[in-house]
Amino acid sequence: MSLPKRIPWTLVLFLVGLFIPVLGSRYYTFLATDILIFAMFATSLNLLLGVSGLVPFGHAAYFGIGAYVCAIFMKDLSVPFLAAWLAGGVGGALFAAVFGFFCVRLTSVYFSMLTMAFAQIVWAICFKWNDVTGGEQGYPNVPMPSMAWLEWLPWVGDLRIDHKFYYLTLILVALSMAAMRRIVNSPFGRILTTVRDNAERATFIGIDVRRYRLIVFSLAGGFAGLAGGLFGIFNRGVFPDFCYWPKSAEVLIMTILGGIHHFWGPSVGAAIIILLNQYIVSYTEFWPFFLGLILLVLLFAFPGGVAGAFAILVRGVRSIVGGRG
Amino acid sequence: MSELLDPVFLLGQLRSGLTTAMFLFLIASGLSLIFGVLKIINFAHGSLYMIGAYISWNMTLILGKTSLGFLGAVAVASVSVAILGGLVERFLLRYMYKREELYQLLFTYALVLIFADACKFIWGTQPHSVSRPPILSGSFDLLGVRFPHYDLFIIVLGPLIALGFWVLLNRTSFGRIIRAAALDREMVGALGANVSGLYLAMFVLASFLAGLSGALVSPIKSVVPGMDVEIIIEAFIVVVIGGLGSLWGTLLGSLIYGLTLAFGILIFPRFSIFAAFVIMAVVLIVRPWGLMGRPVK
Repeated sequence: MSLPKRIPWTLVLFLVGLFIPVLGSRYYTFLATDILIFAMFATSLNLLLGVSGLVPFGHAAYFGIGAYVCAIFMKDLSVPFLAAWLAGGVGGALFAAVFGFFCVRLTSVYFSMLTMAFAQIVWAICFKWNDVTGGEQGYPNVPMPSMAWLEWLPWVGDLRIDHKFYYLTLILVALSMAAMRRIVNSPFGRILTTVRDNAERATFIGIDVRRYRLIVFSLAGGFAGLAGGLFGIFNRGVFPDFCYWPKSAEVLIMTILGGIHHFWGPSVGAAIIILLNQYIVSYTEFWPFFLGLILLVLLFAFPGGVAGAFAILVRGVRSIVGGRG
Repeated sequence: MSELLDPVFLLGQLRSGLTTAMFLFLIASGLSLIFGVLKIINFAHGSLYMIGAYISWNMTLILGKTSLGFLGAVAVASVSVAILGGLVERFLLRYMYKREELYQLLFTYALVLIFADACKFIWGTQPHSVSRPPILSGSFDLLGVRFPHYDLFIIVLGPLIALGFWVLLNRTSFGRIIRAAALDREMVGALGANVSGLYLAMFVLASFLAGLSGALVSPIKSVVPGMDVEIIIEAFIVVVIGGLGSLWGTLLGSLIYGLTLAFGILIFPRFSIFAAFVIMAVVLIVRPWGLMGRPVK
């Protein structure tokens, strides 16, 4: 018996995802929605981190911008959900393009610092601009999208609103993930990897390094914005904390914990962090303490992240079971 | 806008700006020093500062509200934080020097999380306040502006610490080896210097400063959870503006930050913190290595 050479993970995950509301628990659906959104957010970060070798320290800014744009469009301007959601993505991408224009000129630690400075500017604006963002109090009561089109589906139509929103999230996240996977595997994605591995040589063969970095920075900002739009609705409110730097650190941790050299690594990381959080929070309020300990263990014991460790395991199993390495 | 021309008001703002600046300098100098020599951006520097503030508060409860008690509390806080820093360097940080920057950042962030919760666990989430030591609790009048003695003490202490550092780094053999190690660690080790001992000493010194500034800030700001994250961002802005690793740059950055905050309130009452981030971004765009720093590869 040998394992199939390529398992269509996207399809498998999607099918597994379809069955979560069948369990009938609002709690599981809640967790699954949370994981989906953060998996998408972390994967968008990994377009920069793993694929392009850039270390942004302000990715939460675009998540926050997407959340505010989507929420404000839906509530204040009564724009239908899908348009508002896409507007959130465009908002994230536009801001990322403007900030990215300056950031991609810098390398290594200076790039990280400038992305952080811009993110803090976004945070400061969201925190103080009471008339539009609600300031420190946040922007509450974001409406649920109308999901009338789900009504005609058998069974799904009778579900509670949070299960329906979960299905909406699942579809949109699956589409976004497929798009990101497409980008990574496209010739464009290959060039990004080339630039990551050796920017100097890439320049020699005629690649405009800054242009590629700017494009991927905007794309990552756009997908982060899309994830933010969903999260604002899921959270029923948007708060300045969405853009604050610990949020950027949180998503960095998820991504690295899962493993940056695998497409699904960040999603695994998001799932692990969210599930661990739920589990530990039910015992103690000192979750950050345990997160810190997990990070230390990760840094000292699993430098390749969980997905890296898993890949080694799978390779080992395959070489034993399938007789090939 | 008439207050813009009122000299008494302006002098008052100058006083508060200078006090903020010198406070930040105390903290940021340690952060800058660690980056200059160890090449690590230590997010946990703010946590060490917070621990210093908590220990100082705790010690004033034990030692009483006298000037001597305050001095004792400050001493105990600074020394304990220095020891804690030493333990962190010796048992954890030492193994991170050869790792990528990203992992180093994550490592110091893990410490931030752990220390923040440890403080909550030990000292609770209630805000605490420390009264100023009687000897510094008065104030005097300078051209119609009330000038608390404590502010003057901080404004004098900042440049003194800077001068002390300058002497240490430029006029002692320890400083010469430190500066050499910052440029080429392997070579200095090959010449027989105990580089890991030097790194330990630098980290202990920087931690001492963090603990000291935390202890000294306790009579001015309340000691609360979250003060670590707040201060590290401010200190970070300061060292980025001035130039990571440059002592005089850090002093300049502190002055720019403190004065922007004090006078920015007049021009943009709601957006003065915003102005500080904008300055940071502009400096990074125009001169990524900071106003007085040197480019690193």
